[in-house]
Amino acid sequence: MIQVDLSGMVGDLALSVRFEAGAGLTALMGPSGSGKTTLLRAIAGLERLSGRVQVGDAVWQAEDRFVPVQKRAVGYVFQEPSLFSHLSVEGNLDFALRRSPKTVDKGAIVDLLRIGALLPRQVARLSGGERQRVAMARALLSGPDLLLMDEPLSSLDQAARAEILPLIRDVAESVPVLYVSHDPLEVARLTQRVLYLHNGRLSERAAVTLDGLSQAEIEALALKALGS
Amino acid sequence: MWEAIRVTLLLAAVTTPLLLLLATPLAWWLAKGAGWVRDTVAAVVALPIVLPPTVLGFYLLIALGPHSPLMALLQPFGVRTLAFTFTGLVIGSLVYSLPFAVQPIRNAFEAMGPRPLEVAATLRASPWDAFWSVALPQARRGYVTAALLVFAHTIGEFGVVLMIGGAIPGQTEVVSIRIFQAVEQLNFAEAHLISGGLLAFSFVALMIMLVIDRRFGARSAGIRP
Repeated sequence: MIQVDLSGMVGDLALSVRFEAGAGLTALMGPSGSGKTTLLRAIAGLERLSGRVQVGDAVWQAEDRFVPVQKRAVGYVFQEPSLFSHLSVEGNLDFALRRSPKTVDKGAIVDLLRIGALLPRQVARLSGGERQRVAMARALLSGPDLLLMDEPLSSLDQAARAEILPLIRDVAESVPVLYVSHDPLEVARLTQRVLYLHNGRLSERAAVTLDGLSQAEIEALALKALGS
Repeated sequence: MWEAIRVTLLLAAVTTPLLLLLATPLAWWLAKGAGWVRDTVAAVVALPIVLPPTVLGFYLLIALGPHSPLMALLQPFGVRTLAFTFTGLVIGSLVYSLPFAVQPIRNAFEAMGPRPLEVAATLRASPWDAFWSVALPQARRGYVTAALLVFAHTIGEFGVVLMIGGAIPGQTEVVSIRIFQAVEQLNFAEAHLISGGLLAFSFVALMIMLVIDRRFGARSAGIRP
């Protein structure tokens, strides 16, 4: 169980957010500039908002404490794949594995994200989709209790997105994921639980189900969601 | 001549690692933000680039001379003056070459941006761990550039060294001063020999820098030759 109650000023925007999320994948949507990324960074401890963050039994932030990022069991996948360019793919994975306080099954995670063949490669020689898969594996290898993903597919082409989307679903079966996106179609394929952030506040909306809808209807839904 | 070459190489070999060590926290701090305090410090660090070496040498001579308050502090330890000593020469070189070490390292840290360190933090690396395992290796090109620039710059020093070193053969006489004295004595053969050697050395140093620049990708980190 993840409990978040955070508020603060983000530029001109007064952010005030309170929600709970359980296992599986919860999507966080909203127009650009609504504070999605700031919220995610604040949950990770990369940015400071006032309030409370609790993941399982661990209190990451409360009135009297602020656990630094490196002491939080958090995984973070950034918008652009942020692999360490001075390390190989395997070096990037081992960086996380060596510092993880838990015993993590490296082989299983490598298989899950299908990056076995990439291990000896240099980061610079990977495609965008490959990089993001390695970044996800690296985040999982640090043994997170919560995985934060900030529009991890937005810099990828259609083919790479289609390839990674099911992998994200698989990942969310083993660790709770909070997933920021502005793409309603993407979100509809991932989860039924959606939090909308608008003008710094959250509202829960009825989940969008795509099953049985025609392409035209899906597109209309997408346009409506984008317009809001 | 060989004495002067020995002193010069020793000076550069001592100055370079010392200066990289000194410049690292300074470059790190300068890369981590803006503000008038940082701007002022950055300007002071850059002063040796624009200041005539003799001016720098003059102040260093005063500071390292027997009547300076700095030396008064060292007198209980039996040090009366550092002027005209090899140690004084090293101190002068450190000040003189400081911007050539700080600038490329600072640029490398700035080019890296905050993201790699944020990633490291989310992977449980403490700030100290992240500095050694991420920031330093990512900035390695800046360090190679800084090391080459400082080494080459120290070898070519003249004004500062003349002011605080006084050209004592075997102790503070370096090659650039040796050339000057050879010409004064109309010993053109020796002047040719040392000058040619320095020219070749400088060219090779710049070539190495260019090759490193190419090797490590397109992003510029440091002063380009």
